[in-house]
Order: sequence, then structure tokens, then C-alpha cells
Amino acid sequence: MCSLCGVLGCDDHWTSAVARPGVYTRNTDRIARRREAARRLAVANALLSTRRLRLSEWQGRSYVLASPTGNTRVFDALSHLWSEAGALAGRPFDPLDPDFIASVEAIR
Amino acid sequence: MSGPTPIHLLTGFLGSGKTTLLRRMLADPAMAGAAVLVNEFGEIGLDHELLERVDDTVVLLKSGCLCCTVRGELAEALLALHSRRARSEVPFFDRVAIETTGMADPYPALSTIRSHPVLRSHYRNAGVVTTVDAVNAPDLLNTRLEALRQIGAADLLVLTKTDLAAPGMVSDLVARLAAVNPSARVLTAPEATAEDFLAEAGDTPAAPADALPHHRAGGVRAETPVTSFSLEIEEPVDWTGFGLWLTMLLDRHGENIFRVKGILNLRGEEHPVAVHGVQRLVHSPVHLERWPDGRRASRLVFIVHGLDHARIEASFRAFDAMSRRVTARGSVA
Repeated sequence: MCSLCGVLGCDDHWTSAVARPGVYTRNTDRIARRREAARRLAVANALLSTRRLRLSEWQGRSYVLASPTGNTRVFDALSHLWSEAGALAGRPFDPLDPDFIASVEAIR
Repeated sequence: MSGPTPIHLLTGFLGSGKTTLLRRMLADPAMAGAAVLVNEFGEIGLDHELLERVDDTVVLLKSGCLCCTVRGELAEALLALHSRRARSEVPFFDRVAIETTGMADPYPALSTIRSHPVLRSHYRNAGVVTTVDAVNAPDLLNTRLEALRQIGAADLLVLTKTDLAAPGMVSDLVARLAAVNPSARVLTAPEATAEDFLAEAGDTPAAPADALPHHRAGGVRAETPVTSFSLEIEEPVDWTGFGLWLTMLLDRHGENIFRVKGILNLRGEEHPVAVHGVQRLVHSPVHLERWPDGRRASRLVFIVHGLDHARIEASFRAFDAMSRRVTARGSVA
């Protein structure tokens, strides 16, 4: 959902921009798109594992975020990931929090 | 025409000469195909009259400020222009210039254009031009966060009223603006041409090499200064980790990150990639043909409000290293 207007369906995240002349994206063909999606899921899940959350893709169109107790959140764009994850975890993911930076450094 | 229509946003504090600059730009043949949206905060709109263009491609968004009450009106006006162009009901236009109110934060307009499910197919943000009044800006930089947001969002800063300011004042202001937004070009109003006005944000992607690593730029409140700093990383950066890091950083601290702009030396990529964003909005990254000054390194300039530079750098490096470890596990490398 758009952070300003609440409009649903803002799925054109800058990390996977629509391929256009001059634009850098790994959203160029099916294989490249799937490979980057797999990498993104792996890295996101490493970060989410610090709060015992798990992210998966649903038919390549949406994301499903699940807590260990079975709570789930469904959203369609990566821009919603961290606000949803913060809400599910009960506290925000703050990349400038020294404790969180330490937990990122501990991920192997 | 092909592709989304570029939108050039003109902002600047109250009385800083936005309409005067726009009026001069519109007289240039390069701007002949521009539609104009003027946003005024007040009962009676005047600025659009001052532009001296009378056709239907000049639209007044009135009775509210673009960054809050008339955001919906902006989307409607842009969509109406698009539909009317398709039906040949208005003179053809190949770009749009939007003049905001003097108090407007440019981010909501940029975000509306980028995120609106229909608008984003027809329009794209091409750049932000901010007028800076050489006489009043020194005080504004100390007192008005709105002015700092406008300056921080700019790709081009146009100094106005320089003839009314002492020469020393102008050079001090230029130095101060470079500290607030080292990634923007600075021109005086007489120097600025329509080509400068229309330059795409991605055309000037390089973080300037002389950006001071830690520079205090403005002191709206003593305890929360607006500062800029540059982050330089020699080692190739992991794109996946960078994307998740910046998305998380902007999700949590976007309102205090006025600007991110720079080039990335990405792992596995031969050419540099330019990224730039304003608050929570990040534009589509752009592939560049060559390295500015031939140096292969990532350089990012941040303009932040009250955030710790060292912690941003530590966070960036932690995410990058983690991402490389995770993707090197094998299955997703």
C-alpha cells in the first residue's frame, strides 16, 4: 500500500523496476527475475530470522510473511516488507539500532 | 509519443522567485511543449495569470498546498491532462512543469507521481528545481525545515535575487547550499537556461568527489541539525543486500533522510549504477556508461536530519557483508 495515499497495488519497487532503456534492473527476463527473487528471499529471511519471522512468495505476485505462532500478513510489494514485519514482530526493524546491527553481523 | 511524460517539479520557499523563473523558462522554445500546473495556497490564484499563457495546458491547483490537501487534485489534474491530450482536446505537450506552493514539501508530489497506480504508467519524475532567495535564504536555513527539505530534494538549485545581496553573502550561501545538498548543481537565475531546467536527475548522477565527509549544513534546532555526508566504498556492493538495507532504512527513517544520491559499484556489474531518492521515494536506478572521473568505487551522498553518520555507515557495511555471506551459501549465489 502506498505510504501516503493508501492506494493498493504499488508493486513497482525500485529494486525490481520495469525494464526500460537506461534503467538498471534484474527484472529483465523470467530466469533473471526468478534468480533475483530467490536471492532477495534468502537475504530477507536471514534478516527476518532475527525476529523468528519467515517470508515466502505466493505465485510470484505477492509476499506472505508468517510468525512462529501462525500469524500471517500478505502484501504485494517489497516496500511494505519492513513495516509489515515490524507490526508482526511487535517492534520496528531499525537498521540504525546498534543491537540490530550486531545481530546482522552475527548472521552466518 | 512513447514512454511516460517527464515531470519537472519547481519548488522554493515563499517569494523565492519560482514564478519569475518559470515564466522565463516557458519563453524558451525548449519549453514550448510543456504543460504547466501551478499550485497556490490562497483564495485567489494569481501565479498562473503571471505566466501569460492562456491555453488549457496551464492548470491551477488552488485552495490548498500540494503536499497535503490537494494531492488528489494533482493526480486528477495530471490524469485529465493525459486524457485530453489523447483526445486532442488540449495542445500537445511532451512534458509537464509543476510549480508548488512555497511551503510545500516536494516529497508527497514526487511520491504521488511515482506510486499512483495509473499516474505512474503515464508520467515520471524527471527532476526537482529549487529556487533559493539569496537575500532571505541564510535566515531560512536556520529556521525553516521546509526550506531545507526543498533544498535537499533539488537536482538543480537556482539562486535568485543575487543582485540584491552582497557578493560575500552569495558566496557564503553557495558554500552553505553545497553543504546541505552536495549532489545538486547550483546556478544563479541569470545563468540558468531551459536546458538546465529540463536536465534529467539521472544526467548528473555522480556524488561530487569533493563532498565533505561529515558536514554540518544547517541548524534548525541545535540538537537536530541537518547534515550531509558521503559514504565511499571501494569493495563491490551486493545489490540484493543494498536494496533491502535502503528499503528498511527509508521505512524507519525516511522522513529524516532528505536525500540519497550516488553511484554504485555493484558486484558482477561492469558499469556504474546511479541511485537517487527523496525521503521514502527512490527513483528507478539508472545504468551509466562510464565511471565519473574513472574511479571505480561506490559513492553515496546522504542529507539527513538528526541521524548519526557513523551508524548509517556501520549499518550499510553490516548488511552488505551479511548479504554476501548469505548469497555465498551456494544455492542462491
